[in-house]
Amino acid sequence: MEARILNFGMANDMTSSNAELGIILREAKEYGFSDRQLAQMWKRPDSDIRRLRKAMDIAPTYYLVDTCAAEFEAYTPYYYSTYESGKELVPDTTRKVLILGGGPNRIGQGIEFDYCCCHASFALRDSGITAIMVNSNPETVSTDYDTSDRLYFEPLTFEDVMNIVEQERPEGVIVQFGGQTPLNLSVPLMRAGVNILGTSPDAIDRAEDRERFQAVIHKLNLLQPPNGMATDIDQALEVAQHISYPVVARPSYVLGGRAMSVVYDEEELNVYFAEHVPNKPDYPILIDKFLEHAIEIDVDTLSDGKDVYLAGIMEHIEEAGIHSGDSACVLPLQSVSADHVERIAFQAKVLARELKVRGLMNIQFAIKDDELYILEVNPRASRTVPFVSKATGVPLPYLATQIMLGKTLDELDPWSMRRGGFTCVKEVVLPFHRFPGVDILLGPEMHSTGEVMGMGSNFAEAFLKSQLGAGQILPQCGKIFLSVNDRDKPFLPEVGTMFSELGFELLATKGTAAVLTEHALKVKTARKVYEGCPNIVDMLINHEVALVVNTASGKHTARDSRAIRRTALTYNVPYCTTIAGAKATATAIGARRDTVHVESLQEYYARETQG
Amino acid sequence: MKALLTLEDGFSLYGKSFTGAFETGGEVIFTTAMTGYQEVLTDPSYCGQMVCMTWPLIGNYGVSAEDMESDRVHLRALLVKECCKQPSNWRSESSLPEFLQRFDTPGMEGIDTRALTRHLRMHGAMCGCISTKELNPHVLRERALALPPMQGQNLVPFVAPQHPYAWRNGKPAKTQFSANGKYLWQGAGLRLIVYDFGLKWNILRQLVVAGFEPLIVPPGFSVDAAKASGAQAVFLSNGPGDPATLTEGIVAIRMLIKIFPVTGICLGHQLIGHALGGDTDKLRFGHHGCNHPVQDLATGRIEISSQNHGFHVVLRDAPDVEATHVNLNDQTIEGLRHTTLPVMSVQYHPEAAAGPHDGRYLFARFHEMISAAISA
Repeated sequence: MEARILNFGMANDMTSSNAELGIILREAKEYGFSDRQLAQMWKRPDSDIRRLRKAMDIAPTYYLVDTCAAEFEAYTPYYYSTYESGKELVPDTTRKVLILGGGPNRIGQGIEFDYCCCHASFALRDSGITAIMVNSNPETVSTDYDTSDRLYFEPLTFEDVMNIVEQERPEGVIVQFGGQTPLNLSVPLMRAGVNILGTSPDAIDRAEDRERFQAVIHKLNLLQPPNGMATDIDQALEVAQHISYPVVARPSYVLGGRAMSVVYDEEELNVYFAEHVPNKPDYPILIDKFLEHAIEIDVDTLSDGKDVYLAGIMEHIEEAGIHSGDSACVLPLQSVSADHVERIAFQAKVLARELKVRGLMNIQFAIKDDELYILEVNPRASRTVPFVSKATGVPLPYLATQIMLGKTLDELDPWSMRRGGFTCVKEVVLPFHRFPGVDILLGPEMHSTGEVMGMGSNFAEAFLKSQLGAGQILPQCGKIFLSVNDRDKPFLPEVGTMFSELGFELLATKGTAAVLTEHALKVKTARKVYEGCPNIVDMLINHEVALVVNTASGKHTARDSRAIRRTALTYNVPYCTTIAGAKATATAIGARRDTVHVESLQEYYARETQG
Repeated sequence: MKALLTLEDGFSLYGKSFTGAFETGGEVIFTTAMTGYQEVLTDPSYCGQMVCMTWPLIGNYGVSAEDMESDRVHLRALLVKECCKQPSNWRSESSLPEFLQRFDTPGMEGIDTRALTRHLRMHGAMCGCISTKELNPHVLRERALALPPMQGQNLVPFVAPQHPYAWRNGKPAKTQFSANGKYLWQGAGLRLIVYDFGLKWNILRQLVVAGFEPLIVPPGFSVDAAKASGAQAVFLSNGPGDPATLTEGIVAIRMLIKIFPVTGICLGHQLIGHALGGDTDKLRFGHHGCNHPVQDLATGRIEISSQNHGFHVVLRDAPDVEATHVNLNDQTIEGLRHTTLPVMSVQYHPEAAAGPHDGRYLFARFHEMISAAISA
């Protein structure tokens, strides 16, 4: 079929008056070739294929998904497109809104968007509007038959979404609840005349496009980490030299932090380029200054274009440099000064107003040396939205949908809904158990495949619960093994003291032990793997170690301590791979067990209202 | 080659032939079985019907001599979404188009089988025509309207054998009778006369496994001849057409019941229903597929069954009969037995081919009932 299509393209006239073209085009569509594939095969712009199809009246029809080949009448409103003869969709003239979901779940794009899409659907239905969901992922709640009024199991591409829009003629399309996939469709859809509800596609583009976003930052007098672009290694070395190491390098064409790396020196930058740079001048490598030991802040806002509601300001437990999707975070803030909070709130509001956000927006800040840097702005629902909604009792996507339908923040008054008086920790669930041989270090590339939420009356309790939820059973006593890289050594005595005061015996490799001893901490030395037997790996296997704190940054140190981390994982020894994580763990272990108890979300909310 | 399908109510779909030129007509039905197209093609019960396979890709594993359910193709035409012309399976001996051409049976592909199925579901099974020669739906519709409806058609003569035969080594074999009409039984099991109204071979295979020695006879095999043969029991096979038209057979069964333990499957079950005072009605679009849930009322167990029937038994005025199995989709009777005599039958196909093997226990149950009746 593919060869036939290719040959046809070479030998034939591509005009709608060519009857032969109609035949092969219909056949190609029946076989499932997308407009884009055909455009590539025939070396024409994508829009041409769509235009030809429309001119020749080749459009999909929508059939119901049922369980037995139409033998029995189906009542579930699931539809799929097909280039066939029948018509199973009954046209209606109700008010309709299309919600675009996130498509297949993958690392970086998970169930959070499912939550948002569900609440968008509920809000639409409660407003008497037919909620039409488009998502190709049957594993989600938003694709349950009773979540929306109609469901299209279709890919989230321009072609498929437009086909549905032409069938359904909705009054608007919601793109900000399905993550990056539907967000990327906002501009093409708008150009095709589709009404995008909420934040305008132009504003979305201003936040998404690197250069346009820099202009926004400049205009508002805000701060970004120093950065640059490079298409080859020479240019990269120059940029890195200019902004000074360490830097974060990433290809501009990937999302979710794939192939993203923290680079500490020239040698590592050379290695990075050797591994990651394909010969693609169109896709330069982005180089940003890496803010070491900065505190990372995630902010979710809800805005109606004028007013801004700061839904949640979360503090990451791991420092900047760990992908935000892999970092635990806590709400309310723990260690950020009131002055910083004020500046964060101000900048968030300024950004929301400048971009005329109607709906949700997420901003990532980093605080380093009293400076507030903006790392990223996403004018859409972020992965923390479900967490913030539950931790504050304010249903953000539900309210955002109402804003898109014309309500104002003033009318909705989220401030009055807000609950507090407790602490919530979001912890990530990492899938390392399922991938033998993979290093468990966290970095700029996202690894987590799930998350849990711990609630408590204070941070220690909330963090302890989150660790239990994520599958880390924290010990109460025993030996704790410490091995940290040189950059983390200044923070070592504090961590050592915390564990020592909790009654743990300290165990460390030579270098780490020396630092601890210097600070008058009692510590036993353990052999490294190459120093003979019994070494630290043997001790882990023999269950002599209750907890591992092992940090490494930079490719070389990472490789050295890999055996330790893998063994800890294999033998189910709890571990921390960052200093911040180790501190939080010590705090959690110190939480008084007898005060830790289980309560429902409703009980937390109710107690707060009474109090 | 372009082809047209038109139903008697005017519903039309264009497609193409994968077997050369044709024009034919018959009752159009659909089967939801995903595999087993060769069994469908060679099942005599489909005689007179054009069968639409709802599964979109048909022919992938070719055809093989081992999967024959009779010696030839019986249905009028096969209607599919897409026919696979290059089968890939180690058992495959030829492709589906070659197989259909060998038996001069039309195959049509490229039609929206789901739209056809939906139409039949909503409007009921009906006659239709397919043609590569006449591509005008109005003309073809007239031809479809001229076809006789399934109700009232006796199709058994087209598929039933002329002479008795035996079943040996998985193949039909010659029979020998002595002068007084006694059959020379091999002593290989319970002596069973099988009336062949359009028998599926897998029923014979399963009867042998269950411990029967079958002697297969034509529908006109008399009661006296059955008695003289020395048989211990009677089995009535599946077959095509409207059971109510087989009046002679029904009369004969009334007599057979007085002499022998009697069992039956499908058409045989419908004939037993008639013989015991029941009746048969036409189903809207029939039961054709491999996933019909049936409950055994004696045990409460639910089995997934293979089915192929357009008529079903209704027991309006049959006091001595009780239902033993019921279809859970529409509550129709799927099995019955006489309250005092050794008579039992099922509507569905416990021999499967194709389909799930849940119902195989029925052959053992037949054997049990017959053994008990003989020793009593």
